[in-house]
Amino acid sequence: MSTAIEIPYNSTERPDTGLYNAKLGVWLFLASEVMLFGALFSTYVLLRTGADTWENGAQIGLSIPLATINTLVLIISSVTMVMSWASLKTKNFGKYKSYMGVTILCGVIFLVIKGFEYAHKFENGIWPSTSTFMAIYFTMTGLHGLHVIGGMIVNTYLWGPGAKMWQTDPERFTNRIEVAGLYWHFVDLVWIFLFPTLYLLPGK
Amino acid sequence: MREAHHHEEHHDELPFWRHYIFSTDHKIIGIQYGLTALVFLFFGFCLMLLMRWQLAYPGKPLPIAFLTNLLGESRMPGGVMAPEFYNQLGAMHGTIMVFLGVVPLAVGAFGNYLVPLQVGAQDMAFPKLNMSSYWVYFIGGVVMLGSFFVSGGSAQSGWTSYPPLSVITPQSHSLFTGQSLWLTGMVFLITSSLLGSVNTITTIIQLRAKGLTWMRLPFFVWAQLVTGFLLLLAFPPLEAAGVMQLMDRMAGTSFFLPTGLVVGGKALNVSGGGSALLWQHLFWFLAHPEVYVLILPAMGIVAEVIANNTRKPLWGYKSLVYSVIFLGFMSFVVWAHHMFLTGMGTAINAFFQTTTMIISIPSIIILTALILSLWGGSIRFNVPMLFALAFLPMFGIGGLTGLPLGLASADIHLHDTYYVIGHFHYVVAPGTLFALFAGIYYWFPKVSGKQMNDFLGKLHFWGSLIFMNGIFMPMFIVGMAGVSRRLYDGGTSYLHAQNVLYLNKVMSHSAWGLAVIQCIFIVNFFWSLFAGRKVTSDNPWEATTLEWATPTPPPHGNFLKVPEVFRGPYEYSVPGAEKDFLPQNEPDKKPGDPNNRGKK
Repeated sequence: MSTAIEIPYNSTERPDTGLYNAKLGVWLFLASEVMLFGALFSTYVLLRTGADTWENGAQIGLSIPLATINTLVLIISSVTMVMSWASLKTKNFGKYKSYMGVTILCGVIFLVIKGFEYAHKFENGIWPSTSTFMAIYFTMTGLHGLHVIGGMIVNTYLWGPGAKMWQTDPERFTNRIEVAGLYWHFVDLVWIFLFPTLYLLPGK
Repeated sequence: MREAHHHEEHHDELPFWRHYIFSTDHKIIGIQYGLTALVFLFFGFCLMLLMRWQLAYPGKPLPIAFLTNLLGESRMPGGVMAPEFYNQLGAMHGTIMVFLGVVPLAVGAFGNYLVPLQVGAQDMAFPKLNMSSYWVYFIGGVVMLGSFFVSGGSAQSGWTSYPPLSVITPQSHSLFTGQSLWLTGMVFLITSSLLGSVNTITTIIQLRAKGLTWMRLPFFVWAQLVTGFLLLLAFPPLEAAGVMQLMDRMAGTSFFLPTGLVVGGKALNVSGGGSALLWQHLFWFLAHPEVYVLILPAMGIVAEVIANNTRKPLWGYKSLVYSVIFLGFMSFVVWAHHMFLTGMGTAINAFFQTTTMIISIPSIIILTALILSLWGGSIRFNVPMLFALAFLPMFGIGGLTGLPLGLASADIHLHDTYYVIGHFHYVVAPGTLFALFAGIYYWFPKVSGKQMNDFLGKLHFWGSLIFMNGIFMPMFIVGMAGVSRRLYDGGTSYLHAQNVLYLNKVMSHSAWGLAVIQCIFIVNFFWSLFAGRKVTSDNPWEATTLEWATPTPPPHGNFLKVPEVFRGPYEYSVPGAEKDFLPQNEPDKKPGDPNNRGKK
């Protein structure tokens, strides 16, 4: 009775599915996230097609240079995220620490820049209630920002206290990094869609 | 880490709060879900009992002084229900029944408790996630209940929360208004079912016991798998919509507010440019699959109970499986049949009318297969079987009366009348709820080690069957007379409703009768729990699926030894076998033995 419960396929793959549990779990979670952001992008399409006029993001004060920097920052963070996982695969824990550190740092840079953008708009009297465009802008980037923060909390945990698992169960820990990475790439990908939609598309 | 191991090894000595409150055991969590959901079901039912007074005797003071005093002058001035309070009761009845009652019971309780057992797993794939999904659901429930106590009362724009009404009622940017709390509560509930569905799907795919191939899964597990995908993919759009409506209410945006909106003779001071239809699309994109979230687990339970009590295999197991998958897929492309009257245009109407007719096919296949399963069986008429049998015609009535609603032209007359209420209540109340009762009576011995009282159970069944029909059958008549569903006075002030007004009393008295009958269930539940007859076998119904291969009640970790599966789920009355059921985990006898015939 008092044997510990060991859920199978926590760190090893189930032969017939080729997946370990968390990997399937995160893919399912990402599928639901696609539906979440899909609904928001659909909102954009529906409201835009229904509107007589539509603003051009750059012309009403959205900064393309800042957003471009942020895009690069997130892409770099995705690369370092993969590198941190690859470092664990080659059993190099020190390199993992530095790559993961850079990933977290990139998240911080992204949020700081985003914070400046938000503050700049508020200073100019631009609020979510200003127009439908700004409502969509703040809602989508805000929700995306929350996702970035969520990812950073997970990454920071895995960089700090969670990294102890490397000593006890390295395989499972490596899997955790892979799963966190899948989520992080998704968050980047959402931004890759948000950037052109909000900053680059012409108005009408 | 060492500490964690230490705890796990001595989990029998876990402190009370770890064992029963913050447990990671799927069975404890299932029971938590079940009890919470039953309380919410009863509460949501009570809201309706109050409304039924106003509908049967509009404008008359409620004769129960205690209740009038409890609710206070603002809700019941002079003992007469205020219109705003009536609207709150209506909105919250729907919300609580669907999101806090039936879904958590069908998916949270039955899914959590049974899926790991039926697939032969020790627990869910992510036990801690499982615990958090219950507690997120709990918080959502507390937020919903709390919304009754803020100034202005709870949400009052219907369970569908259609804007612009829901955005401007009440007009306040505060979070502590009924509607804003409703939206916040929904975000919690959606998050909870999202975590739950990830867990269920992963458990079914990854933790199936050795030998448990896809076509050997009990139909209940299939139903839960498809339900999991519906929750996973249909709920997020409502989460997005909920966030946007919160933005509309709290940040003053206009996602759902069109340009030039005039409220109370004054132009609303918003930027405009939004679309009220957008909410309806996003809402029904969730809420139609949600209907199948309500019904599929019920079908799964009924299939288990019917196979067990007819003592023969389900008729057409494979067609059941393919139908439920097809049903799940189709449920994503029928949502706009709730919106025929919004002026979407005939082309879009025709599309959704067609998909709606198509989706009725797999439903009919499932129902037909379940009815044909009865053919030639020596049926045991115990309480779970009675409820399961009643499910068939009740769901049948609910389903068939849905067809006219799915046809755009017939819907013009029936839309938003009591006919609609009758239709979906037949599906959910004497449909799903009967199946859930069947499940409670059927699995109660496994969960508690006690048998529920048979006589009280039958009393509960027959009473419920009569009163359920007493409530919902008249709704079709009232609805076809054209009486709208949301009238505060039940139609008293409308000429066309005069001939059917007497039915309001029939429905109300039936509802109160149903409440009395449910007390029998509550008494039976607790009496059996403490003083019921102990079951003498781990498999009292002589069933075949894996949950009956565990000790009673199953310990943490479920199985004494890791189970292996050798045959399909419903090997009852195999010709030549020595007993009339072959459990899935029973190994084959030596070659040539007739007991092997059950193997597929």
